[in-house]
Amino acid sequence: MTAKPANDDIIICRDVHKWYGDFHVLNGINATVRRGEVVVVFGPSGSGKSTFIRTINRLEEHQRGQIIVDGIEMSNDLRNIEAIRRETGMVFQQFNLFPHLTVLQNITLAPMWVRKRTRKEAEQTAHQLLERVGIREQALKYPGQLSGGQQQRVAIARALAMQPRIMLFDEPTSALDPEMIKEVLEVMKDLARSDITLVVVTHEMAFAREVADRMLFFDKGEIVEQGTPEQIFNNPQHDRTKLFLSQIL
Amino acid sequence: MSTTEVSPTALKPPQSSVNVVTLLRQNLFNGWINSLITVVLGWLVITVLYQVVNWVFTDATWAPIVTNLRLFWVGRYPETVLWRVQACLALVLLLFGLSGGLWGGVVRAVASGLAALMVLLALLPFGGGMRLYLAGTALLLGAGFVGGLRFPRLLRWPTIMLWLLSPLIVILLIRGFVTWSVIPFVDTGLWGGLLLTIFLAVVGIVASFPLGVLLALGRRSKLPVVKGFCVAYIELIRGVPLITVLFMAMLMLPLFLPPHVRVDNLVRVLVAITLFSAAYLAENVRGGLQSVPNGQVEAARALGLNVFQSTVLIVLPQALRAVIPAIVGQFISLFKDTSLVSLVGLTELFGIARGVIEQPEWITVTGGVQREVLIFVGLIYWIFCFSMAQISRRIETRLGVGTR
Ligand SMILES: Nc1ncnc2c1ncn2[C@@H]1O[C@H](COP(=O)(O)OP(=O)(O)OP(=O)(O)O)[C@@H](O)[C@H]1O
Ligand SMILES: [Mg+2]
Repeated sequence: MTAKPANDDIIICRDVHKWYGDFHVLNGINATVRRGEVVVVFGPSGSGKSTFIRTINRLEEHQRGQIIVDGIEMSNDLRNIEAIRRETGMVFQQFNLFPHLTVLQNITLAPMWVRKRTRKEAEQTAHQLLERVGIREQALKYPGQLSGGQQQRVAIARALAMQPRIMLFDEPTSALDPEMIKEVLEVMKDLARSDITLVVVTHEMAFAREVADRMLFFDKGEIVEQGTPEQIFNNPQHDRTKLFLSQIL
Repeated sequence: MSTTEVSPTALKPPQSSVNVVTLLRQNLFNGWINSLITVVLGWLVITVLYQVVNWVFTDATWAPIVTNLRLFWVGRYPETVLWRVQACLALVLLLFGLSGGLWGGVVRAVASGLAALMVLLALLPFGGGMRLYLAGTALLLGAGFVGGLRFPRLLRWPTIMLWLLSPLIVILLIRGFVTWSVIPFVDTGLWGGLLLTIFLAVVGIVASFPLGVLLALGRRSKLPVVKGFCVAYIELIRGVPLITVLFMAMLMLPLFLPPHVRVDNLVRVLVAITLFSAAYLAENVRGGLQSVPNGQVEAARALGLNVFQSTVLIVLPQALRAVIPAIVGQFISLFKDTSLVSLVGLTELFGIARGVIEQPEWITVTGGVQREVLIFVGLIYWIFCFSMAQISRRIETRLGVGTR
């Protein structure tokens, strides 16, 4: 991944602000993510991590500043927003699979309706993706019939089916039992080795240490500190980072 | 199947012994209060049942029903062109047969139920021609079923097309044309009986469903004008009884229209029923919409689906599935509420019943004949409503409501 040109930025945030009423959730976020990079976002609860990652695909609207995703500037223009959403996949803490559709239908829905793939093409891709996330044999089940770990892997396959350039993960393992966390993290590590750009909100520090290119520490709506896992874990610069790390490690 | 290496008693759940005496004792005679209640209620049920059976077979006068059967089925629809109604019924039954063969599931259950009903009717002592016709429709249904089962590829599209065209065919055939003597015009004022009841209910259901869904979606709209209109409409309609809406449609509408514009009475009633039912449906659907978690919409948006796609593909299927019982309940009350149109001069099933009760022939019968007539139409309403409830239950089990 380090072979990529350094100026090839796929996500650019410039002075992004957001308020919920009077509450200043995002307070001047400046961040860039390079193509193919794996960025881990971490920080205390309520610090604005989810809000930040959700502004990248406009599930939340920012009120000031500029967000540019893969060369498309986020504006109120619906076409821009939909173009950005086609390039970004998202995986949620609560999976958010469609319970009335089978696993296969969950995965083929967006390629067929948004990318206008034929059913046959879409199903072929879906089967390949299920193979990749290790649940090939569950294609015809409904989400409710799967374990949490399996559901989250379906959710990853569903996002990948749109062939996104960027994958956003918001605490993908927080709702899972310990034994299932591992299977989901394995899939994510596999993705990290591909050329997809990953932005991951997580508290799995072992995962971050292993695959992250860069880590962003969020606190009170600001990026307090950023650096390689090496710098963050071995030589944190700010007291707040040190305090937080000492609490979770 | 595995072999029984493990002792079978360790595998099976404890067997409850099915013994009539213990069953009775456990359920009806456990304790002296329950025993007393059982005895008193048992005595009541037996005496009432005895009286009813006795009345049905000895005292009751069934002549008004037997002599007026045609009125109950189709009202004053002319006997000479009755074949047009029969043809429509045959068409619909054929379509149900085909669909049952093609798709199975709930449709197949409905087709079987209809076949059984036709056979049952054919066994009743109607005139010979009528019995022949009924048996014929049952055969047609069966033939469609077998055809659909054997030649699914060939018959799928024709069946779908025919279903889509069937409302048009039925309406045109029953109504006819002023200018075409093969199927001359039959004034809607002559339509009546069960024919009219079913017509009102089916049109009401088919028309009010999409309208109700749109109103429910509109009520959640971010546009204040749309939202305001939907809220005002729903609350206005829900605040008045159906009978008021019906009278408004009959009496007030002419005041707003230019004098030379005349709207058919049947159309007015249909519009009134549809608008009324849609408001209630909208509230049911809204409940369903609220039960769909926000994360579903977010996931759909994140995948790039637009608002329309995420509504139609993700939100509505889940919302409607959650409220099937309520929606069917609404349709059942719509079916029964069609009886109110007899108060504004239309002679659907209940209107016919009122007419028959007042026929001069039965004045000499002591006590009148309203009991017999009302029991008869009540039974017909019950058969339809009960069937609808059963179909709803089957759909629910099939869609796994509450299990996934
Ligand atoms: N819709 C909303 N309306 C008002 N306040 C909100 C809303 N969503 C989030 N907040 C507040 O914004 C702050 C940041 O929320 P966010 O979900 O981004 O935090 P987070 O860093 O993801 O926390 P966690 O680790 O608990 O997920 C929190 O204090 C939260 O209470
Ligand atoms: Mg969060």
